[in-house]
Amino acid sequence: MKKTHIIGILVIAAAIVIIMSSVGDASTYVSFGEAIERSQDGDMTKVHVVGRLKKDPQGHIVGMNYDPLVDPNYFTFTLVDTNRVEQQVVYYNPKPQDFERSEQVVITGNMQQNVFVADKILLKCPSKYVEKEVQQNTASL
Amino acid sequence: MINTLIGDIGHASVIVAFVAAIVSSYAYFMASRAKVEATGDNSWRNLARGAFYVHGAAVMMIIFALFNIIYEHRYEYYYAWSHSSNHLPVHYMISCFWEGQEGSFLLWIFWHVLLGLALIRGGRKDKVWEAPVMAMFSFVQLFLTSMILGVVIGDLKIGSSPFILMRDFMTDAPVFALDPNFVPNDGTGLNPLLQNYWMVIHPPTLFLGFAATLVPFAFAMAGLWKGKFTEWVKPALPWSHFAAVVLGIGIIMGAYWAYETLNFGGYWNWDPVENAVYIPWLVLVGAIHTMIAYRRGKSGLKASYILVIASFLLILYATFLTRSGILGNASVHSFTDLGLSGQLFAYLAVFAVLAVALLAYRWKSIPTTQKELATYSGEFWVFIGAIVLCLAAFQVLFTTSIPVYNSFMGFIGFESNAALPADQIAHYTKFQLWGGVAVAVISGIGQLLWWRKGNQGSFLDAITLPGMLTLLFASLIIVLSKLGVLNETIDNPVYITLLVAALFSVFANLSIILNLLHKKVSLSGGAVSHIGIALMLIGILFSSGYSNIISQNVSGMVYSREFSDDINRDNVLLWRNSPVEMDKYSVSYHGQFQEIAGVPGYVNRELLFPTADEYKAIARGPIKAKDKTYFETGDTLEVVSPENIYYQVQYKERDGDKSFTLYPRAQVNPNMGLLASPDIKHFADKDLYTHVSSIPDPNEEKEWGELQEYEVTAGDTIILNDYVAVFNGIEPIQQVPGVALEPGDVAVQADMKIFGERKNYHAHPVLMIKDQMLGRVPEEVADLGLRITFLNIDTENNKFKLGVNASQKDYIILKAMEKPFVNVLWIGTIVMSIGFVMAIIRRNDEGKKKPKAAAPKEKRKVQAA
Repeated sequence: MKKTHIIGILVIAAAIVIIMSSVGDASTYVSFGEAIERSQDGDMTKVHVVGRLKKDPQGHIVGMNYDPLVDPNYFTFTLVDTNRVEQQVVYYNPKPQDFERSEQVVITGNMQQNVFVADKILLKCPSKYVEKEVQQNTASL
Repeated sequence: MINTLIGDIGHASVIVAFVAAIVSSYAYFMASRAKVEATGDNSWRNLARGAFYVHGAAVMMIIFALFNIIYEHRYEYYYAWSHSSNHLPVHYMISCFWEGQEGSFLLWIFWHVLLGLALIRGGRKDKVWEAPVMAMFSFVQLFLTSMILGVVIGDLKIGSSPFILMRDFMTDAPVFALDPNFVPNDGTGLNPLLQNYWMVIHPPTLFLGFAATLVPFAFAMAGLWKGKFTEWVKPALPWSHFAAVVLGIGIIMGAYWAYETLNFGGYWNWDPVENAVYIPWLVLVGAIHTMIAYRRGKSGLKASYILVIASFLLILYATFLTRSGILGNASVHSFTDLGLSGQLFAYLAVFAVLAVALLAYRWKSIPTTQKELATYSGEFWVFIGAIVLCLAAFQVLFTTSIPVYNSFMGFIGFESNAALPADQIAHYTKFQLWGGVAVAVISGIGQLLWWRKGNQGSFLDAITLPGMLTLLFASLIIVLSKLGVLNETIDNPVYITLLVAALFSVFANLSIILNLLHKKVSLSGGAVSHIGIALMLIGILFSSGYSNIISQNVSGMVYSREFSDDINRDNVLLWRNSPVEMDKYSVSYHGQFQEIAGVPGYVNRELLFPTADEYKAIARGPIKAKDKTYFETGDTLEVVSPENIYYQVQYKERDGDKSFTLYPRAQVNPNMGLLASPDIKHFADKDLYTHVSSIPDPNEEKEWGELQEYEVTAGDTIILNDYVAVFNGIEPIQQVPGVALEPGDVAVQADMKIFGERKNYHAHPVLMIKDQMLGRVPEEVADLGLRITFLNIDTENNKFKLGVNASQKDYIILKAMEKPFVNVLWIGTIVMSIGFVMAIIRRNDEGKKKPKAAAPKEKRKVQAA
């Protein structure tokens, strides 16, 4: 067998290892229901959940608590996933500043006992990059 | 009044540029046909050149028009309105030029024009390559200019024009129905994160790198097309080096910008957008290696073709990823979808099909050697190195493309919910770290063998000394770390492996340089670059692997929440003026500062009296910096960027009296929330990285407690919010900041002294009678959370009435970490770039030697340098 063939086989083997291992590391977008099931099965892999903040009929956000004076590293809120399942989420970091204004929240983490512990929060804010409205104060001038 | 002329000029120039690119690519295509070449007929080529010059002139015109729109604040144009604002300094106007997608396409087009002109110039003497290479260039330009064409035919939208007017972009906005000639007063401004000098130079560098990858690709394609299967390597090689070094510097600049400006806490986060440029760079570096091996050993031509073509296609893929909006859920900083995804996909697909088909068609004709490479040859190890680079690139590519698989599955009707790995840094590090080990080891072995041309024996001789030095230094570093001389203990076997490998690469390559010093040092570019890479690996190893968060919350608060173990408590709350112990420092926060035009450093906001115009403030006292007074009380000051607040944080060593002050920046942006930028204290052996993670919301009105009234006479002592204050009396004043006093108006101020924890404060609340009305200017002592109002004077009893409100003291939440030896990473980058430049000079000279023996004047200059 020629040396190039051996190298070729090794490269293919390495590529397969990379693919398999990467597939294993890839996370998934799930609902809270599935996240709970996973944790009950002892599966502690981290998942992505997409949801919205829980709001009362007046549009106020409910179930959110951050008091930096008590603990700057503890933020909790209630997220409603696409199946309308509510879940308390805990984030051991300061509250992202623009949190209340977000339209959609993507969190990564897993269920631990009865709360979802998030280690990353990605906010989708309205018009984050493209301003779609001429602001009132400029428009009125 | 709306100026539609400049936009029309710009738009017309885009169309001219587009048409000229079509003409040029067609004419160059015709000029490259064998029949035309054989007859020596230059007419097609002259037409093509002319068209390319027209294209170039039109591109300059587009750039002029767009810059004029930004520079002159023509907010009737959407591009100026959405990216610029009245207060933007000129150098940031340049960066808002390419903040938008259209501008960045324009930047890319511009570099292609310059590179094309350089190639045409180079082609004057050597006419072999001009036509086929430039045909490829013009063809690429055709696609790129179509992206900013902004032509709508029925439902088909081709390109997004940067010259669109506000009223045409926002057809729904009611204001344009009332007045079609409405022009906004101010733009929405440049994204504040981009207001950084790296953002002025990083995008042009990156896009020059993008553009330069086209050159080797065009040569490779020309070689395949014209059947010059081997000759293309020589002219393409210096260009590949050029592309690799510029792209590499561009990437590192981006990393440095992220390090300095974003509070990610690092220089590399494996964000899909970062990955998208890292992948082609790795492949391009691999391509350079196989091309060098081909130049010397005549093997590896096919691999060179594959890698050169792949690196360009990966650049196109990167463009597609970052601009099509496909990463929307995965990355915070990809562009939004401008509806160009179809066009971008067409661009990628056309070149992929063209290149792959041409390569497959010619595959059998590409000469190969039947010679088997010996294990003890430099070329063999160069190949192995290229393979490692490609595998590393493949790994990043595979994972980064997960959102693309999702879209594709959705496209063909399957539901797919795969997401990027939850912990991306851990995922990529797992592979890339071993890639780094392999690159370091192979670059050492490969270089030793390359210059030995040796057999087994001489290789063993060559490797002995570097090997011994490596072991010596590695054990020294490890022992020192165990003894606690270094801050961190190195005991992770994986990290030790990387350290040993990188040190080996440094010593092996150093021995090559020392040997070449006797012969010809200009040949040592490769060794120098490899040392740079090895230093970068060492810098990455220490700064990332041993990054240490020192702002651990040690407040002693009881964590009775859901969990107690291993949760991060990486942020601390700092009350104003109350020091907190952090690592070996005592850290305290001392107020908010701002930048004032003409004053070095930052100015305490307590000295600034705000006015209606947020860009103007009035000095409450003399503005000093380093014993020099810049402004006197009452002067009007110009605030550089009112939205940026700098928080003064003082670090004081507890054992010892060294202290330093940092000013991490934060601003609450109406569109993007809290934008925090770190401040970094550089030590020789580490960086101390500090950023604000949260601040009280400045948009919420400060909550003041109930007004407490005090009746005092001169000399009285009162207790305000636990602080002792002395009322010294009142004095008449001639000036009140922000108020124009006229004859007949009277103003007096109370003189109070308050004894704080750290220092004493003077408060001067003002009471005035202006136009027979009573006016009050309260004084706020933010450090103590007090607001004092001078309420009234009882002239009969010689008593004065003061009102005092107290509020919660100001605070910030802070995160601080140490990054050991991060300087080694930056030094490594510079060393690597120097090595690349040496190699470019060498390969360029080599390319010139053959056609002409006598050196032209220009060449001598290069040698002298």
